[in-house]
Amino acid sequence: MKGQRAHPYMPNSVPAIHQEMLDALGVDTIDELFEQIPADHRLTKALQLPPALTSESELRRHMLELLSKNTSCEEALSFLGGSCWQHHVPAVCDEIIRRSEFLTPVWGTASSDLGRNQAWFEFTSQLGELVDLDLVALPVYSWGCAAGHAIRMAARLTGRTRVLIPEFIDPERRAVITNYCSPPEMQSSIEIVDIDIDPDSGLIDLADLDAKLSSEFAAVYFENPSYLGQIEAQAADISAMAQKHGAETIVGVDPLSLGILVPPGAYGADIVVGSIQPLGIHMNCGGGLGGFIASRDEPKYAYEYPALMVSIAETIDGANGFGLALMHQSSYGSREEGKDWTGNSTYLWAIASAVYMALLGPQGFRELGELIIQRAHYCVSLLQKIDGVSVSPKSGYFKQFVVNFDGTGKSVSDINASLLDHGIFGGLDLSALFPDMGQSALYCVTEVHDESDLHLLADTLAEVCRK
Amino acid sequence: MSISLRQYHAPVWDEPVIMEMGVAGRRGCHFPIAGEALTSAVGEATDLIPESMRRRTSPELPEMSEPDVLRHFLHLSQETLGMMGISLFGTCTMKYNPRLTEDLVMRPQMADLHPNQDPATLQGVLEIIYNFDLLLRELSGMDQFVFQPSGGAGAAYTHACITRAYHAARGELEQRNQIITSIQSHPCNPATSAAAGFEVVTLMLEENGYPSLDALKAAVSDRTAALMINNPDDMGIYNPEIKEWVKIVHDAGGLCFYDHANFNGVMTKLRARELGFDACMFMLHKTFGVAKGGGGPAVGAYGCSAELTEYLPGPIVSKDGDRFVLNDQSPSSIGRVREYLGNVHQVVKAYAWTRAMGADGLAEASDISVLINNYMEKELLKIRGVTRSNPDIDCWRMEMTRYGLGQLFEDTGVTVMDVQNRMVDFGVDAFWLSHEPWVVPQPFTPEAGEMWSKEDIDYWIAVLKQISDEAYSDPELVKSAPHNQAIRKLGPESLDDPDRWAMTWRAHLNKKAARA
Repeated sequence: MKGQRAHPYMPNSVPAIHQEMLDALGVDTIDELFEQIPADHRLTKALQLPPALTSESELRRHMLELLSKNTSCEEALSFLGGSCWQHHVPAVCDEIIRRSEFLTPVWGTASSDLGRNQAWFEFTSQLGELVDLDLVALPVYSWGCAAGHAIRMAARLTGRTRVLIPEFIDPERRAVITNYCSPPEMQSSIEIVDIDIDPDSGLIDLADLDAKLSSEFAAVYFENPSYLGQIEAQAADISAMAQKHGAETIVGVDPLSLGILVPPGAYGADIVVGSIQPLGIHMNCGGGLGGFIASRDEPKYAYEYPALMVSIAETIDGANGFGLALMHQSSYGSREEGKDWTGNSTYLWAIASAVYMALLGPQGFRELGELIIQRAHYCVSLLQKIDGVSVSPKSGYFKQFVVNFDGTGKSVSDINASLLDHGIFGGLDLSALFPDMGQSALYCVTEVHDESDLHLLADTLAEVCRK
Repeated sequence: MSISLRQYHAPVWDEPVIMEMGVAGRRGCHFPIAGEALTSAVGEATDLIPESMRRRTSPELPEMSEPDVLRHFLHLSQETLGMMGISLFGTCTMKYNPRLTEDLVMRPQMADLHPNQDPATLQGVLEIIYNFDLLLRELSGMDQFVFQPSGGAGAAYTHACITRAYHAARGELEQRNQIITSIQSHPCNPATSAAAGFEVVTLMLEENGYPSLDALKAAVSDRTAALMINNPDDMGIYNPEIKEWVKIVHDAGGLCFYDHANFNGVMTKLRARELGFDACMFMLHKTFGVAKGGGGPAVGAYGCSAELTEYLPGPIVSKDGDRFVLNDQSPSSIGRVREYLGNVHQVVKAYAWTRAMGADGLAEASDISVLINNYMEKELLKIRGVTRSNPDIDCWRMEMTRYGLGQLFEDTGVTVMDVQNRMVDFGVDAFWLSHEPWVVPQPFTPEAGEMWSKEDIDYWIAVLKQISDEAYSDPELVKSAPHNQAIRKLGPESLDDPDRWAMTWRAHLNKKAARA
């Protein structure tokens, strides 16, 4: 063994303990225990890694030097959204997910890890109330992954291999869904067909949907609010149209909107997906994502879930416990015969979200939704006063909206660079993602932006666009 | 060896389900109420919502005050044994999760970053990703890593997608529609292969503990797209013919993916690329010290050879002069397997852990893992009713060994699940059994790793010895376990029964009413 000092992370990093175990095994060196690895499989040259930082003070300093090169959305004023949003994270959420009991476990039993399983059940139960559906699974990696799984569920349910999705969804999410649908060479490929978005309203073009829908489609997927921010007022019509053709209705939602918007379960959604990141989870540079899948509690849906499902259950003496249901249909239970796949996911975030939903309660969700929608509209009212800047559509959005800068003669890229000089992260540049929209950016306003922030944005934008 | 077993008992809070808690009107948090200026400028919130979309019934969430929510979840945390005792959950490599790294990622310079920020404002995190990629390259011999896959299965899926893109680029995808794996490889390998549209060919184990070269030769053909395999497997057996395997698959035109789920046993001893593999995967939430969170957020770091980098999901972090940049330009990229850069905060933790370990620390961790596993094996096999997989293979096992309690079950009727439930009574986390299918009857798979002291391992062994004694002397005691937990074990009621399962409280209430 190298090194004079026992490594702080390794209690057996003590020569006498090594020797004790070697003696018990009757061998002289640890290397003999690696006899299974043939000599010609061994490293061809020694590892070249940077020096170890075994002292916590030294490591901390090194890490802080690196992290200090970032500028956070707490230091700057950020209007970035898309599929990762800056919302207030209650301190209690952070406190609970830092608890070692929740932070570090792996699996346990229904009895010994009762608390964690119950917290999971409280996540699904509360989310079920928000979306108005009875079946909610444990989360998957992200909204995009949830949408991909939901589309595959619909394809298996219907035996059909085409899906309709809006032409404007987050390109990040579309790329994930595209992978989940497999390329045409694969027998299991699902063909993605775009639904037009009405340019004036920002809503689904029902005539286009009607023209394209047929009994070949497994599902109609749409988002509410849409990626570009609009509240889909025709949600019930879309569901009815899908149902008429025997297609599943899959809706992607922002759960934070559901204090004020009709829940998808109430307008005919069969499967609902979305992000849990806004529910009490820091953005973490995109590491805060988690996706949920919910549906009506009918066996035909339950039997297609790839995600793990936790059910309330009785103990042998009649108390409440929580166990995993339908485990055999997961990839753990059935390998390639299982439904898609599962594995480590985002279960710690489910606990953060459970805490968040409990803190907000029905009043908190309503208050938050109202504040966000009012502030977003207030922001737009300020931006529209700037020469050359326009917002379209002018109403009907929740927290995100599209700001067009064509009239300023400047590119979003230049404007955002100037904003950055003022400590502002401008909206997500859409010009390369959707070239037909010209010099447009997706702005996101939430409860973290107070009125002075919005004025600062408007004043700075006015100055930047004038130059 | 005389070890006194702890008189452990879990906290019992009898905590109600949160849906039963609260009082109408109580609040757990406030948001500002829109002021007059705001309302006079934009109107009431309701009027901003299309009429068809105004929510008219409140979600039936609990109404609780902030301290009540806090205490409820603190109680639940206390009713979670997890790693508070000793957890030797095999195949998951339980490690110490440095609390320094938890502090670091809670800082705004990590927690409150948006992935679409100007890269100029993300230089620190991009530098960490870039440098961690270099560390993993050194450990594996691969040419590029990405961290977007958000679990080991996510990395296996990434490989299946890259396999599609690689063969599609050669016009051979329709023909090459088979992925080969082994029955002891993790289920995520066949499952993600199938989800990506491939047929799965599964090789069975033979006398040596791994599938034979002849079986592999018979399986490969011009339909072979890839091999996806663990080595060593969960039984602690290393396939010494793996280089030959890679050659056979390459000769047939397939790609080779090394699932490094069991990396601890070979860490610093070999490099996947030097064995010929085209790609590999490391689980940062297992091998690299990142907390598991009860099942994520996780990272399956996916690395590949230069030949495959054009297919990697973007964006890729690279260096331009002294700046770190995001590159998303490869036209042959598979796009995304998950949005954005992946679980970046977990990469930061893994980087810090690896820097704390250094090359010597990693080597020592591997050494300790294998040393203590063999020490443990010697002691466990002294316990009545315990056997090990492949009993005739006479060699030192790698970092874990699979055992069976088939003998104990035949002798006493006590199952491995009963034993699992009894172990937690002594403050010992449930052990891992085995992935499906069970090759060994009544299997269990402890993995000691480097974080548990020899005293911990001796304690664990003593607990199993105690339970074996109980099984032979008082089997009911074990079958009715646990006795020292917040609740007893779950009843026999099937959670696969649509009339019984309830994945939400509302479903529970409905079904309970229907039964009444």
